Amino acid sequence: MTMTYKNILTAKEAVGAKSGKSDQPEINIGVVNLHRPTVLNALNHELMEELVTALEDFDRDDSVRAIVLTGSDRAFAAGADIKEMSDETTVSIMLKDRFATWDRIKNIKKPIIAAVSGFALGGGCELMMMCDIIIASETAQFGQPEINLGVIPGAGGTQRMTRVLGKYKAMELILTGRPLTAREALEMGLVNKIAPVELYLEEAKAMAKEIAAKSPIAVKLAKEAVLKSFDGPLQEGLQFERKNFYMLFSSEDQKEGMKAFMEKRKATFTGK
Amino acid sequence: MSDEKILLTEKKNGVGIITLNRPDKLNAFSDELTFQLQDALKEMEKDKEVRAIILTASGRGFCAGQDLQSRSIAQEMGERPSLGDSIRRRYNPIVIKLRRIEKPIIAAVNGVAAGAGASIAFACDYRIVTDKVNFIQSFTKVGLIPDSGATFILTRLVGLTKAFELMLSADKLSAEEALNLGIINKIVGEDDLMKEAIALAEKLAAGPTKAFGLTKRAVNRAVFDDLEELLEYEASLQEIAGRSDDFAEGVKAFVEKRTPQYTGK
Repeated sequence: MTMTYKNILTAKEAVGAKSGKSDQPEINIGVVNLHRPTVLNALNHELMEELVTALEDFDRDDSVRAIVLTGSDRAFAAGADIKEMSDETTVSIMLKDRFATWDRIKNIKKPIIAAVSGFALGGGCELMMMCDIIIASETAQFGQPEINLGVIPGAGGTQRMTRVLGKYKAMELILTGRPLTAREALEMGLVNKIAPVELYLEEAKAMAKEIAAKSPIAVKLAKEAVLKSFDGPLQEGLQFERKNFYMLFSSEDQKEGMKAFMEKRKATFTGK
Repeated sequence: MSDEKILLTEKKNGVGIITLNRPDKLNAFSDELTFQLQDALKEMEKDKEVRAIILTASGRGFCAGQDLQSRSIAQEMGERPSLGDSIRRRYNPIVIKLRRIEKPIIAAVNGVAAGAGASIAFACDYRIVTDKVNFIQSFTKVGLIPDSGATFILTRLVGLTKAFELMLSADKLSAEEALNLGIINKIVGEDDLMKEAIALAEKLAAGPTKAFGLTKRAVNRAVFDDLEELLEYEASLQEIAGRSDDFAEGVKAFVEKRTPQYTGK
């Protein structure tokens, strides 16, 4: 894959040492780096198109088992590109439907791990919250400052922030526009883990690689089932989980995983 | 504002030197001086050539703390001063920077360090002082609480018993006593202060700055993990103290150069 992008960088990193066995499939993680350094990775439309294209490519690429999404140490993404939006009207912004691109991120089946440092504000925070696991640096800060521009979050902030933090904290952050420190975000469960700024990306990649070594079909169905819990009533989610659970018993990975467990050895998953 | 710069900065051999320069006021902190100190620290943090920092002052004093005679903009507009806000905007950012800059910071204390002036020196990594220096936790003299981190930084430096005594007595602590308590690193003659501070700073600046910085980060985690939270709490309590009758009386008595009559309210 030699796609060239203007606003992002992409790479694949191999998981583990090559075993030499020829039947072992190639296993990678995909890394997407937001890269508009002069504007703290402000998310303009072109960047979002490139990002979603890259994520979809990784999602289709069988060798890629998990995706890391990161920015720079200074900024994951400082927000949407305000310059691009300031002159819009209700009709023009609706017709452009810029969030249609964002909505495609929801369809990515593989786990996306956000490695976040510096500013994750506005659209940057919303993009981060669309990921599945969040590893932050100690210098990260999170917030929805849209209120200071006379608007509100538009890429899911009012909904996802509220589900994570609960009504009152979310309301405070969204109505005051104040940012959270990494430590506060950790305490509130907005991020999984914080690490020194020198290490957060490695930690995120390490977690991606750990997940990449699991059965990819089980990982996909697990992600799908967890996300289902956000969408509907509990009973529906439980039924969905049960079906995914049963479905995995037609995979080779389930046979291998359970056999290896009983034989007290490490399972070798093929993704079939 | 006069043409005289109230804060001087220079950079030489990897060492950044910040000099408080209001000698006629014993370098007391006006609003402007606290903001300039914040900016100077930010610049030295960013400047990759600066690998150790000295904080010192001009004249016979290091820093007399808050300038009780300087009126803030809010006061001039006829508003009641909020000490809590003043601390949050002016002093706490300085203390946070002094702790978070991952370069060794040496306070070269050239004279009396009182109130926030002492607190700022306590927040540095090294304290080298002349034999004439006194540290005074002068806050309670005017009916306030120690701020700019002193309530917990001094307590962690010397232990609860002595720290509490110093805070409530507001007694002068001599250089020698400070050395015995482990508050300072070294006492030097008045003429040798900058020479000694620069020698130490240049030695540190030639060291493994990354390792020094990471050491400071680890020490901060161990001893000051709750820095922001405690500074915020101190500011809130100072806000309460600032509304007391005793504070009003304390400042009045200070300006009138008489003994305050406290009522406990």
